[in-house]
Amino acid sequence: MESGSLDSYIEIENLTFYRGERLIFDDISVNIPRGKVTAIMGPSGTGKTTLLRLIGGQLKPTRGRVCVDGQDIAKLSRKELYLAREKMGMLFQSGALFSDLTVFENVAFPLRVHTRLPDVMVRDIVLMKLEAVGLRGARDLMPSQLSGGMTRRVALARSIVLDPAMVMYDEPFAGQDPIAMGMLVKLIRLLNDSLGLTSVLVSHDVAESASISDHLIILADGKVIGQGTPSQLKNSDSELVRQFMNGLPDGPVPFHYPAQTFGNDLLNL
Amino acid sequence: MYSRWIELLVGIFMLAGVGALLVLALQVSGLTLAKGGDSYTIYAQFDDLGGLSVRGKVAMAGVTIGKVSAIELDKKTFSAKVSLTIDSDVDFLSIDSTAAINTAGLLGEKYVSISMGADEQSLKPGDVIYDTQSALNIEKLIGNFATGK
Amino acid sequence: MLDQVRSLGRNGLQTLQTLGRSGVFLFFVIFTSQSIRISFPLLVRQLYSVGVLSLVIIIVSGLFIGMVLGLQGYNILVDYGSEQAIGQMVALTLVRELGPVVTALLFAGRAGSALTAEIGLMKATEQLSSMEMMGVDPITRVISPRFWAGFISMPILAMIFSVVGIWGGMMVGVDWLGVYEGSFWANMQASVDFQDDVMNGVIKSIVFGAVCSWIAVFQGYDLVPTSEGISIATTKTVVYSSLAVLGLDFVLTAVMFGGV
Repeated sequence: MESGSLDSYIEIENLTFYRGERLIFDDISVNIPRGKVTAIMGPSGTGKTTLLRLIGGQLKPTRGRVCVDGQDIAKLSRKELYLAREKMGMLFQSGALFSDLTVFENVAFPLRVHTRLPDVMVRDIVLMKLEAVGLRGARDLMPSQLSGGMTRRVALARSIVLDPAMVMYDEPFAGQDPIAMGMLVKLIRLLNDSLGLTSVLVSHDVAESASISDHLIILADGKVIGQGTPSQLKNSDSELVRQFMNGLPDGPVPFHYPAQTFGNDLLNL
Repeated sequence: MYSRWIELLVGIFMLAGVGALLVLALQVSGLTLAKGGDSYTIYAQFDDLGGLSVRGKVAMAGVTIGKVSAIELDKKTFSAKVSLTIDSDVDFLSIDSTAAINTAGLLGEKYVSISMGADEQSLKPGDVIYDTQSALNIEKLIGNFATGK
Repeated sequence: MLDQVRSLGRNGLQTLQTLGRSGVFLFFVIFTSQSIRISFPLLVRQLYSVGVLSLVIIIVSGLFIGMVLGLQGYNILVDYGSEQAIGQMVALTLVRELGPVVTALLFAGRAGSALTAEIGLMKATEQLSSMEMMGVDPITRVISPRFWAGFISMPILAMIFSVVGIWGGMMVGVDWLGVYEGSFWANMQASVDFQDDVMNGVIKSIVFGAVCSWIAVFQGYDLVPTSEGISIATTKTVVYSSLAVLGLDFVLTAVMFGGV
């Protein structure tokens, strides 16, 4: 399956990005299909989160283009960028709830900033979104009183409160217990299908990501090493892709950090 | 998110700031609200200022009637020319008034004391008081006493 | 040797770069546009946490410093038989110097470090990023109200400090040591000038307010978003603010009172 044939929501062309001296992305081109759940996977430190920030316009590419819904994000003015971001929801790894606001006010925040809806209507929308993530009863709690899974669900409610066209999830499963993980997996799929969203999720939990994604992209060493449906990738020819997908401890990504042989090390005092 | 209580406390805080400024102005620096600040300037020539400085007070019978606004050296007479800014409601200083530099207490600050003359004409803005008494110079006094003069 | 020179040069360049970045940052913080409807409640909220919550430490310190000044001043002045001058001594010291300076030092320790830590924590927990992603500028929303709250609070706190200190000095001098109250106030009023002493003190504290708040919010915004980064930045805020206040105090004093 070639991704070019799909209706793409995000088009990344020849993207090169340096952080300081370090090369993060080396001339990658990726398309993310509209209305699907796409998972971007890769070993830690390959810049998956950086890719989300490039899509959100918080970082600018060194070379190449990142187009979201036909707009080149890096070329937008500050004002246009902020408008474009109203159509993007983003779920941060830590949830990023505002610690001085209650759950209700956290979810209401984007509405209060971007709209002038009357309080009654804000209340209705917020309760509706909280109901969708199953936390309507927790609306008066402060973020510090929530468990990790609940924090992410509140953050999810907040990221969809403006009815965005796309939601980005940054490591939604990291550090979650199996129950919370199961709930998130269900929610992401459900929201994607019921709201017609384009979902982009960044993760290194292979099993969970594979179970909900329509499309997978695997990054390593600044390059795209494989993309396609989960089943395609599981049976990929590339050894690296197979190592990652099956979670093998040794392979092209070595278990040992490069060093001289152990025997030599022991003898050379 | 932000309650009535916080608003109230911040209001009290701001008010406390204004109150503190008022206390500093009225009680500490003795600023009076009543004076409009209308004033006129006269001059006085002294041989020796003995430490009188700008913004020292000008008093008559101990009552403050103005302040020293400038001090310069008169190039012709080689004496000090002191500008005295007098409140405009004190418009009855006669032209033969005398000015002296006194000290408030033994170690206090120097101020200009004006004594009323007898003439019926009053000093006008820009007039000069020539009949002056310079600062009491303690060193000179002790010196005179020691040499028996 | 060559390496040392090179690293010196690199450090120098980095310092300059940080200074430039903080300058640009200050520009954005000051010239931010937001409707009053949104920014006013935010400012009130910050005035509460920066100003009102600093009141206790300011009042207690002011009281004790005033009392110590009264006691020390009395012990020295009584030798010259001019203990009535205690009022003017306490008032001038507080209004010109100790009020603005000690308030600024306490402010840096109490409010400045709290600002840095709070902003740093918001950065570390991605709250600032998420705000950006929601199409809200964190500088307008988070930084600006905090900066202005510090800027407004400082002179108010400094004036309250001076007043409480003078009252403490009076308590010691007049009520305990028996200086005549009339001469206490009269001496004070004769020597303290509103323009030259009180207003200059207020101007000092306005300058300190701007500098301390600037340092605090910049350190918070610019830190490395880890727990270690936050602790380093908090320390930096207190150290830099204290040094800046003491250094600026000398310059301002020289300009205002030194006849330079």
